[in-house]
This record gives sequence, structure tokens and C-alpha cells, in this order.
Amino acid sequence: MKSVLSVGIFLALYEAVARSGWFAPALVPQLSIVFSTLWTSLSDGTMGRHALNTLFRVFSGLALAAATGLVLGFLMARYRAAERFFLPLVSALMPIPSLAWAPVFILWFGLGNTATILVVFYAATFPMVINTWTGARAVNPLWLRAAGAMGANGGAMFWKVVVPGASPFIITGLRLAFQRAWIAVVGAEMLAASAFGLGWVIFDAKEFLNADVMLASLAVIGAIGFVFERLVFGSLERATVLRWGMVRSVKA
Amino acid sequence: MIQVSEVSLEYDTPHGKVLAVDKASFSAAESEFVCLVGPSGCGKTTLLNMIAGFFAPTAGEIRVAGRAVSGQGLDRGIVFQDFAQLFPWRTALGNVAFGLEMKGMAKAEREKIALEQLRLVKLEKFAGAHPHHLSGGMQQRVAIARALAYNPGVLLMDEPFAALDALTREEMQRLLAEVWRATRKTIVYVTHNVAEAVYLADRVVVMTPHPGRVRAILKVGLPRPRDPLSVEFLEQQKSLIAHLTRQEEET
Repeated sequence: MKSVLSVGIFLALYEAVARSGWFAPALVPQLSIVFSTLWTSLSDGTMGRHALNTLFRVFSGLALAAATGLVLGFLMARYRAAERFFLPLVSALMPIPSLAWAPVFILWFGLGNTATILVVFYAATFPMVINTWTGARAVNPLWLRAAGAMGANGGAMFWKVVVPGASPFIITGLRLAFQRAWIAVVGAEMLAASAFGLGWVIFDAKEFLNADVMLASLAVIGAIGFVFERLVFGSLERATVLRWGMVRSVKA
Repeated sequence: MIQVSEVSLEYDTPHGKVLAVDKASFSAAESEFVCLVGPSGCGKTTLLNMIAGFFAPTAGEIRVAGRAVSGQGLDRGIVFQDFAQLFPWRTALGNVAFGLEMKGMAKAEREKIALEQLRLVKLEKFAGAHPHHLSGGMQQRVAIARALAYNPGVLLMDEPFAALDALTREEMQRLLAEVWRATRKTIVYVTHNVAEAVYLADRVVVMTPHPGRVRAILKVGLPRPRDPLSVEFLEQQKSLIAHLTRQEEET
């Protein structure tokens, strides 16, 4: 309820600015226009198609990043040699903004999905690597001892103790990775997508001064991000680490 | 059942070598309850960890059921002091069934055995609960059931009730005595609590610190179940304390 109130106040302030006459209506359209544009694009399916394109790119990149991050993170936590080899690479590559790679990927792979997905992959990989690596090292040594005394070794120790033991970190890593991927995909689409995608729509609308289209797309971007953060990752957490008491929920 | 012969452990620190355990020897017969008692730093936990096979002694030999110990094995169950030893992502039943799962036993069968073990520690009603919903005493009972589930001959316990309040601790001691009578396991139990040792043990191994040595081995000849308020019990306690304090004067 409180989140509805804060969104409402924000929208009212925007509407007041739009109606004040300080700015050209084409640049700061009233909410009614933005909503009708949003409604039209939703009902004729164009917004849905753009959103699906963006979601496809973000989840392709995120899936690649999660797989890479999990494998590298666990290897680095388990083997000193892997840690020594990959840690400097991670430290050197992590600070480079993923969008800065976009022109390079476009040069190598052309405009389109490959370059966009690679930018997303780049953005999402590092939180996965760092969190998996930290999570695996933070596994309570008592669990390893107890499991070892009960005959667990190799694969069983990894899948039944290390992975669930590291899960609070891994889930947080996924969450951060999704956030970064979602931010990166919009930027990457502006530069690398040839048609379709929410980022591309915004960039394209700029050419025609369609501020209402831009704002409608921004609303969709925000809404999808919100839904995934709250519903998907929120319920993943409630079904696992919260239920297991490995992280606590804050009491009001 | 267990023979500890002339076992020493020396380890390196930045300040040179430290002798944690010095030529410790004791034994535990089949179904015997042996307590290792001594102040902190006497090497009792270190000795227990070596019997568990978490690390090897630098000298001497440990045998369990006639076989020299090298590494961990399913012939020994272990219970730690820390409640966090349970796997939080598994229910009480899932925790107890873990060892059987590692043995490759089918799900229905291992859950049946795990439930029996939970019944032994009077927790069958909480089989589906995750550890964080259980009290400290209940978590330690789950840990005991878990260590017994795959039917090891030996149960090694490292101050399992030290972090519990006094009332719960007494209740746990009674329960453990019952479990021990029902299962006839050989138990090696580490504690610094004299009354606990007299209540539980057939024999008490008294250890002294710096370096960790076995000072004396005392027999507790009291009939069971024991009454901690009886004159005989208090006399046993007094004589054990005398052994512990005498060594402090000498060091």
C-alpha cells in the first residue's frame, strides 16, 4: 500500500510540471497522453513484442552469466590455482562498464542479438562469480566435517552441502546479476539492436520527438524490473534460504 | 573397542612448535561410556578429533574395533557442541537421513530408519521441522539421532550440552543415558563439567593442560540411573575434583 502512495505522489508531481506550461508539451507530455500511448502499444501487441525481445536477450545473457559465474566461482573457491589465475582477471575486467564493450562487440559480431547478449553477459557475470566464490568459502566448516564423518565426499559433498550451504550468497548474486543485466540490456539495445527491444524503442523515438513513447517504454522497463525483483527473486528467496532460516526477514 | 596408545600431536605456530597432546593413552571397551575431562587447553577435544579422523596424530596409534584409524569413517558418529552443525536446508528427518543417503539407501527405507532414530530422542513429532524452528536442546537431540542413524559402533561427543541452560542440560544428560542404555554404543564424551562426567561415565579420563596429558583414569562405580544428590555421587564428584585441582597445584 505504501509503495502505491509513493508512486502516486511522484506521478502527481510529474503531472503538475507537465501542466504548468514551463516546458513544451511535446517534450513533457501529460500523463493521459503517456497512458494512452502505453495502452495503444500494449493492446496492439507492439510493446509486448519489444518486451519479449528484451526479455529474451536479458535471460540469454543472464543464463550464460549464471553458468559461467557458478563454475568459475566454485572452481576459484576450491582450487588455489584457479583462484590465482582468475582473480586478477576478474579484478581487471570488473570495473569496465559493460556498455563500453558494446562498440567492440558490434564490430566483431555486427548489430543484433549476439552483441546485445554479450553486453548483458558481461554485466551479469561478475556479481555471480564474486558471490559464488565468497559463498562457497563461507560454508560453515562444521557442515563439511559432519558430512565428511557421515561418508560424504566428492560429488555428494559438493551438491548436498557446498551448494545449499552457499545458497544465500548465490541467490543474492543472481539478484544483483539480474539488476545489472536489466540495466545493461536497455543500453545495449540502444547501441546494438537493429529493430525491436525496449531500449531500441526509446532510442528510435528520440528521432521523432516521441516523448510519450519514450516515457511509456520507461514505465514498462521499470515495471518488468520491479516484477522480477519482487516476485521472482523474492519468492525464490522465500522458498529457500528464508524458509531454512539461513537469512532472516526483518520484522516490522 | 577403542585403543588410544601413546598418542601425541605437535603443530607448528608462528612462535614455534606446540605440543597439544603428549603421549596420551586410554581405552574404551565395547559399550563403555568414557568421559574425557579437563580444563581448556588440555587437548581433550584435539584427542577426540583425532579419534574422529579429522587429523592424524604426529606419534602413536589409535585403533577402533581393531583397525587403525586413518581419516573419517562410518564406524564413528560425531556430535559437536555448536548447534549450527545441523544442515539448515534440511528438515530434522532429512538431517538424520543424511548418512544413510550417503550409503546409497533408498529414500523410503532411510526415512523409516531416520524416524525411528528421532523417536529414540523423542522428536518424532518434529521430523518435518527445519532446525531453526527447534530449540538448542532439540537441535542437539537431532544431532545425536543423526550420528546414530547409520549405526556406527562408536559415538564421539564434543561437549554437546555445554551451550545449553542448566535445566535443559540435565534433561539431555538423562536422555543420553537412556539412549546409551538402549543402543549400547561405545561413547567417548568430552566435557569440562565434573558433575556431568560423574553422571554419565563408566570411567573418567582426567587430563592436564600444557602439554595435554592423561593424568588419571577413574572408575565411576555408581549404579544407574544415578542420583546427582546422593552422598555417593557427591563423593565421586569430590574425588574427581581433587584429581583436577591437585594437578593445577603441580603445574
